[in-house]
Formats: sequence, C-alpha cells, structure tokens
Amino acid sequence: MTGVATAKTRFGPALLGIGGLVAVLVLVEILIRAGAINRFIVPMPSEIGASFERVIVEEDVFGRFWQTMKEAFWAIVLITIVGVSTGVLLHRVTLLRRATETWVAALASAPTVLMYPLFLVIFGRSALTITMMGFVAGLAPVILKTIEGLSGTRRVLINVGRSLKLTETQLFWKILFPAALPNIFVGLRLGMIFALINVVGVEFLINFGGLGQLINELAERYDLAGTYAAISFVVLISVVFFMFTEKAERWLTPAN
Amino acid sequence: MADAGKLTVAAPKPWADPVTAVRIVIVLTILLTWELVARSGLLYRDVVPSLLAIGEAVVKLIGQPDYYWHLGVTAGEIGTALVIGGLSGLIVGIALGGNRLLARAYEPYLYYLGPTPKIIFFPVMIMWFGVGPGSKVAMGAISCFFPIALSTAAGMRQIDKVLIRVGKSFRANAWQMATKIYLPAMRHPVINGVRLGLGVAIIGTLLAETKLSNRGVGFLIIQAYSIFDMPRMYAMLIVLFVLAIGANALVARIGGLDTIRQA
Repeated sequence: MTGVATAKTRFGPALLGIGGLVAVLVLVEILIRAGAINRFIVPMPSEIGASFERVIVEEDVFGRFWQTMKEAFWAIVLITIVGVSTGVLLHRVTLLRRATETWVAALASAPTVLMYPLFLVIFGRSALTITMMGFVAGLAPVILKTIEGLSGTRRVLINVGRSLKLTETQLFWKILFPAALPNIFVGLRLGMIFALINVVGVEFLINFGGLGQLINELAERYDLAGTYAAISFVVLISVVFFMFTEKAERWLTPAN
Repeated sequence: MADAGKLTVAAPKPWADPVTAVRIVIVLTILLTWELVARSGLLYRDVVPSLLAIGEAVVKLIGQPDYYWHLGVTAGEIGTALVIGGLSGLIVGIALGGNRLLARAYEPYLYYLGPTPKIIFFPVMIMWFGVGPGSKVAMGAISCFFPIALSTAAGMRQIDKVLIRVGKSFRANAWQMATKIYLPAMRHPVINGVRLGLGVAIIGTLLAETKLSNRGVGFLIIQAYSIFDMPRMYAMLIVLFVLAIGANALVARIGGLDTIRQA
C-alpha cells in the first residue's frame, strides 16, 4: 500500500466525520438565513461561534470552570478515599462482601441524582451539595472495581508472597494492592465521569457553582447564542476530560 | 447413613444463613441509627423524619389517586422518550454497525458525547419543544439514544459471520436478513442497551420535571422540597427507586438477560 493510500485509510474516516459535522452546520446556517428555521429558537452557527469570545471574557468561563473542577476534585478525593477503603474492607471481610455486594451494584444503577432535593435540604444550596452529589454518584463503581481487582489477583503471586513469609500487611501492600491497581483505576475513571456529570448537572439544576450555573443563567437571560456556546464549551470540556482519562487508563493498564 | 443424607439435603433456614443474618443486622442498624438521629434533634427538625412518619407518608402516597395521575404522566413521557430515542438509536446503531467507514467517522462522536451531562441541553429543548411534556420527552430521548445506539452498533459487529453467510446462501433479501438474522442475533446487546437507556431516560425525564414542570413525579418531588414536606419527599424517592429498579429488572427479564447470566 502506498503512503497516500495509507494516509487516506487513516484520515479518511476522520475527515468524513468532521466534513459531515461542518456540512450540518453550514446547512443549518443556510436554513436559518432562508427563514426555514426560526432564528429566535435556533441561533445561527456563525452567531454561536462569534459569541464564544463574549462568553469567555464577560462570563468568566475560566473562573467558572475552576469552580466546577474544585467541586469535582473534592468529590473525586472522597470517592477515592471512601470507595477504595470500602472495597478493601469488603474484600477482606468475605461475609460482609457477600451480604452487601449486590446492594452496592444496585446503588451503581440507581438514579441517585434524583436525590438532589434531599441533599439541598441537608447541605443547603452550596458547593457541598454539589460535591456530595458527585461523591454519591461515583462511589459504587470504585468499590466494585476495587473488590474485583483484589479478588482477581493471580493465585501464584499470593503464593509467592506466602512462600516469602510476608505478613498480611506486607502481602496487601506488596502483592494485592499493586495487582489490583489497574482495576481500581478503571473504577476511578468511571467514578470521575459520573462525578463530573452530576456536578455539572446539579450546578445547572440548583443554579449554583460553575459551568452548569452559567448555562442556566444565560438561558434565563434568553441569550440564545451564549447558551449554545456555553453548552458547546461544557460538551468540549467533557469530551477532553473523557479522552484524557481514557488515555491515562490505557497507560496505567498493562497489556494482557 | 440415610438419615445423614437427609440432613445434608435439608434446606437451610433463611435466618440461619450467615449472609442473610448480616443483611438483617445491617438493615436494623441503619433503621435504628436513623430513628435515634430523628429523635435526638441533632439535625434540623424534619430533615431526618422518624421512620413512622416516612412509613405513613408512603402509605398515604400510594393511596392517593392524584399520585397515579402524575406517575402516569411521567411513565408516558419516559415511554415516548424510549420509543423515539430507542428507534433512532437502533437505526443509527445498525447504520454504524453495518458500515466500517461510517463507524470510524461518527462512532467516536457518539462514544464521547454519550457520557456528557445531558441535562444541560434542557434549555435548548425548552426552546425547541416548549415547557410542556415535549421538552421532557426530548430530554429522555436524548439520554437513551446514546447507550442504545452504541450497544446496537457493538451488537451488530459481534454477529457470528456464519449466521450472515447462512442467510446469504439462502438468498435472503434485506428485510429477511434484518428480521431473521440481524435482529435475533443481536437481541441481547440491544436489550442491554435498552435497559441502560431506560435508566438514563428515567433520570433525564425526571430531572427535567424537577427543573421546570407542573406535572409528573419530578414535579411532585420538587414541590415537596419547596414546601419542606420531608416525609413525603422521602416517600416519593423510596417509591421511585423501587419502581426504577423494578422497571430495570423487567426489561432484563423480557430480554432474557437473566437467563444469559445463569447460563
């Protein structure tokens, strides 16, 4: 295969994807200009593009981004500490694990974000509510993946540790925990994603905090182009965040 | 010996099972702690209502005809959202699963857009579909579209090539291929996608109802919050969680996912 053909195979689909996206934006622009789509409902893509600078400068997007990240960061810290330690506890106490593992799995699929009015009452309309919602949403996958990682440690590694007469603590820190780390990171990635989704979502719902509140405020002001630009910004941030965590997970997970 | 054999096959009493015993102890500890905190006055009054008050609220709630009307509105919105989001997800999933070029061009967008917080699109949905049930249906549809589309695309790619060759060797036309080969072969990934989609459709629809609505269960929850009727709010959350978990299990059972796990 020639170099040109290889490049075509490699970049062709990406170009098609971007081309399709651009074509849709151009079509929407034309339809709005032609009056086929109401411009008071859907702003022109060119208007949205132009409003990015205004939203970034006037609405202090980076300050709000920092606020959202702070809330998400503390949620992730709590998820890591509570999730990993609970996972370790459940792995060590088999009876407790057998009794509660299905409950943790049920928590993972339960619509916990709907409890936000309850958290509003308990913690008030504050950053703490947002952080705690992120924490609750991201906890279950970390617990489950920690248990899975520790339980999946190869028997031969544990036998090597025992033959070297390692104490239980040494066995945990030298063998079990390092072997479980890739799985723990998979759980942490899921937990981080759930936490970020819930942090931004609850910010929007309770009109408090960073990027979520920005979208709510712009929508309430009926700043159409600004609202679309802010939503695009949040989507962009989310996508970059997921791509980054995915790359980090691949880097941390050894190839089998 | 025969007696010993009988002893070993005798079914253990549920309370003698240590796992069940631990579960009962945990539940009782939580309930007892809750009641003690409720009576202690450590937290603001009514933030942690007594179990009796919550129990009464649950009984009162499920005895209210008005609640079922709101539940019907929410169920209708979720059902419509699942049909719209599910069908469009199925079509997009089949298109992506059946064409490598399209999959490589557009699947990354779906994959990365899937986990973004969908509720931020709600202002746009209000502008497009109004403040009524339309915008809630749209929220539910957007939420469930992504998992269903991605699961269908993955399921389509996992179909055994032998099945496809058998269909072609019988000279099956496109419709026959779709109904006799593709859809039955990817039933499980699709149902799994629908199960995931149902979960996020419930969340999307109810969150939208809590934000701006005058009907539905989400509206009732936020109404209970605004009048600080905590027992009612707890009762609604309990009933909602039970219904959500029940709906999830029902979809899994209909799709035969439970039988796969046992196999």
